[in-house]
Amino acid sequence: MDLAAITDNIPLYFKGLWVTIQLLVLALACGLVLAVPIAMWATSRNPLIASWPKAFIYFFTGTPLLVQMFILYYGMAQFEAIRESFLWPVFKEAYWCALIAFSLNTAGYTAEILRGAMKQTDFGELDAARSCGMSKGLIYRRIILPSAFRRALPAYGNEVIFMLHGTALAGIITIVDLFGAARIVNSRYFVPFESFVTAAFFYLCLTFLIVWGFKLWEKRWHAHLHPRDA
Amino acid sequence: MGHDEHESGDMNIRAIVLATFVAVVVGVVPGRDAEPAERIEVRIGTEGAYPPFNYTDEGGELKGFDIDIANALCEAMQVECKFVTSAWNSIIPGLLRKKYDAIIASMSITEQRKLIVDFTDKYYQTGGHFVAKKGSAVEISREGLRGKVIGTQRSTTHQEYLLDNFQDVATVKIYDTQEHVNLDLFSGRLDAALADTLVLLEWVKRDAPDFELVGQPISDPKWYGDGIGIAVRKEDTDLRDRFNKALAQILADGTYQKINYKYFPFNIY
Repeated sequence: MDLAAITDNIPLYFKGLWVTIQLLVLALACGLVLAVPIAMWATSRNPLIASWPKAFIYFFTGTPLLVQMFILYYGMAQFEAIRESFLWPVFKEAYWCALIAFSLNTAGYTAEILRGAMKQTDFGELDAARSCGMSKGLIYRRIILPSAFRRALPAYGNEVIFMLHGTALAGIITIVDLFGAARIVNSRYFVPFESFVTAAFFYLCLTFLIVWGFKLWEKRWHAHLHPRDA
Repeated sequence: MGHDEHESGDMNIRAIVLATFVAVVVGVVPGRDAEPAERIEVRIGTEGAYPPFNYTDEGGELKGFDIDIANALCEAMQVECKFVTSAWNSIIPGLLRKKYDAIIASMSITEQRKLIVDFTDKYYQTGGHFVAKKGSAVEISREGLRGKVIGTQRSTTHQEYLLDNFQDVATVKIYDTQEHVNLDLFSGRLDAALADTLVLLEWVKRDAPDFELVGQPISDPKWYGDGIGIAVRKEDTDLRDRFNKALAQILADGTYQKINYKYFPFNIY
């Protein structure tokens, strides 16, 4: 065991950890903002309207995240039109390519989770809302979305953890995230076990925090499902 | 070479069952492929993504200087060469885990690597060189590269050279393969890249006429070591000695020179 290689490079690991957290939080935020309208759109009864968001979901859940990232990073750079356009400053940076790919990917998965949850809305609730004279927008805001979010919460917790795992792909397009840091340490000191176990430890800590956070969140949102204290 | 000595009895039964199954299905007749004198098989690890030294052609076949040298050495050693490809950054771990017995993949003999593997004598000598777009006027110095983005391949001598000398002034980007470095040179994400001189010469000649080698060749032994050698596991001293003997033989009988001039117009030994 060569622990000196790890202890000497702890600052690098923390730098990588910070990049991983940034990518995760930003991608989840952008993904969620995109997912809500996509999910609403996808529940439309008009198949012509619903087919567009469904195609989006199908593409981003049906292709590997790595492939999506390579299309954005190496694929886009192939076209001179893009290299000369105002988009290039964005696509030039590996960081933004990864962030866009992660955001769209998690948007696809989250939209599918939300779509399923929205479909399960109880008809009685909708009938009641309509008979009170609520508008369509108000029904979404007060009835469909809140209960869909509640039902979607456990599945969304898993999606967050999958996204955390997905961020490890960023290292492949030269970003020094947590896994990227581990790979640099490995390539300089030839200590695969030590370098990757250290990264795994950091990932486990993050997963622990996420699981714990979602437990608290579920406790709050699912309070009505718990047996009442006497 | 004794790789299978720790197989359990259970594994042996499974192996026999499997062999019987294969024999029945494929219809192998005993003796059909028995050769007069069984040659020992030496498994050679290589990358297969590093032209012109080792690469996979359109037909999926391994080619290149390293491959030809390996075949010549095996011929001289009277053994059977079997190539196994590995990603560059796990090529040493693969050797240690006995996925193959030797690495012939243009690996520089460096102090850091000598801590974990043994090397034969060098089989060629090379250094690094910066490459940049023609007319970009990149000056290769700490001042000239300040604020620039420079790329190189992971787990290489070039990576160490860049990280040790330029990390504090420039952005150093590290890629899994040289092909990805080239892609980002083309796209303009990289202002310059550091790679092997011979590899770059070939690349500029074949694929990238808009690029040129800039600055001076870099061969500081502190980073570039003592040339390119064949790596073997530390305990396999016998194999290392046989490789050295074979190397001396092909250098003496002209086989080496023939391969050399097939790829390069000058002597690279």
